[in-house]
Amino acid sequence: MGEILLSVENVTKSYGKNVVLDDMSFQVRQGEVIVVVGPSGCGKSTLLRCINALEPIQSGKIKLNGEIVNPDGKNLTQLRQKIGMVFQSYDLFPHLSVLNNIMIAPCKVQKRKKDEVQKEAYALLERVNLKEKADSYPRELSGGQKQRVAIVRALCMHPEILLFDEVTAALDPEMVREVLDVILGLADSGKTMIIVTHEMQFARAIADRILFLDGGKIVENGSPEDFFEHPKTERARKFLHTFEFNRIKQVHHSECEEQNA
Amino acid sequence: MRIDVLINYLPLYKKAALLTVRLGLAGIVFAILIGLFCALIQYFKIPFLRRIVSVYIEISRNTPLLIQLFFIYYGLPKIGIRTDAETCGIAGLAFLGGSYMAEAFRSGLEAIPDIQRESAYSLGMNHFQTMWHIILPQAISISIPAFVANVIFLLKETSVFSAISLMDLMFTAKDLIGLYSKTTESLFLLVVFYLIILLSVSLLGSLLERRLRYAGFGS
Repeated sequence: MGEILLSVENVTKSYGKNVVLDDMSFQVRQGEVIVVVGPSGCGKSTLLRCINALEPIQSGKIKLNGEIVNPDGKNLTQLRQKIGMVFQSYDLFPHLSVLNNIMIAPCKVQKRKKDEVQKEAYALLERVNLKEKADSYPRELSGGQKQRVAIVRALCMHPEILLFDEVTAALDPEMVREVLDVILGLADSGKTMIIVTHEMQFARAIADRILFLDGGKIVENGSPEDFFEHPKTERARKFLHTFEFNRIKQVHHSECEEQNA
Repeated sequence: MRIDVLINYLPLYKKAALLTVRLGLAGIVFAILIGLFCALIQYFKIPFLRRIVSVYIEISRNTPLLIQLFFIYYGLPKIGIRTDAETCGIAGLAFLGGSYMAEAFRSGLEAIPDIQRESAYSLGMNHFQTMWHIILPQAISISIPAFVANVIFLLKETSVFSAISLMDLMFTAKDLIGLYSKTTESLFLLVVFYLIILLSVSLLGSLLERRLRYAGFGS
């Protein structure tokens, strides 16, 4: 593993009296894939939003390459260019074509040459099998296609770290795979990523390290094998158990369907 | 109805229609500027200024244009501000239209979900770039139907300009009726000319709507 890229130091975030992140600290090294799991309301999404300075934090520090990320900081737009983010809901710009969605930030923010950016955009779209959709508008795409475009849009800025906030949560089951495949491909190419997800099998397959959050704290921080096979805390066992139960229910459900058919 | 009378009156109506359109358009342009400015102040919740804006909007929307024109035309000279009737007409229309435009643009701005702004920020855009490239194009597109309705409404409102002795369509019609008592012909031409102006605006409006509805939304 490489140098420390991102460090979260004693970060506390609260909405009024409701503490969402409670004195949280961890580090992400270059090339590392961190998967954040936990029950809903545990602060996973808030954590990502704080890293991208979309939410102010009450105390602590978030540093990217040693530079402090701060909603009031002067270098904020510079830092955000190095942090790519993909949201749960489709966040493409509906008034721009797929190509322009991808090109607008590199051209307007980074002032890169248009033809160079366009070349790269096409190459990236090809990588996610969407080259022929370059001139389509977001409304003409399926959910999975939109998310793949959103990933390309983030990639085209050449970020040093990518944040994925439950990118498959709003998708139909068949579309989940196509998006996860893209993210797996990124992991193979050595991108540094923090991924918030509810897809446990995916988490296990992709993660270098799992962070298990509950009540705004990191309850477990370890390799996926350790977390899934030998969770150290009762809380994590309970959490994993719910997914087990879901799987049993699904199996049971499909058996019922077979019987009915 | 006599055709020769209509033909005789035609040049007068044409002149009046041009005045109506000229003053109407000038007033509307200023109304758009005022409206955009007010809508942005309200959208960004700029302290103090937004109070002034909401007071202005309430006054402007809840008083008739006729009263506003009287105020500008007869009232302002009393405190030493002297302007000609045309400027008064434009100012009155801008004062009235500003609030309607502000509400149209504001509803467009507020219809854009926060996630759009956040996505733009997370791509490294600053506030201005986010507004200019992402929020405004979508907001304006959403505002277009209300905007077109406002333009039509304001052009119709110009019919009270005759009260401050501007020779607009209404004034011309009333004048001709008073002079020659050719009521049918005068009123017929009045309706026809308003229709010519307003139907073409309507048509332009729906073209604009189709053209700018590129976003399509729902995504």
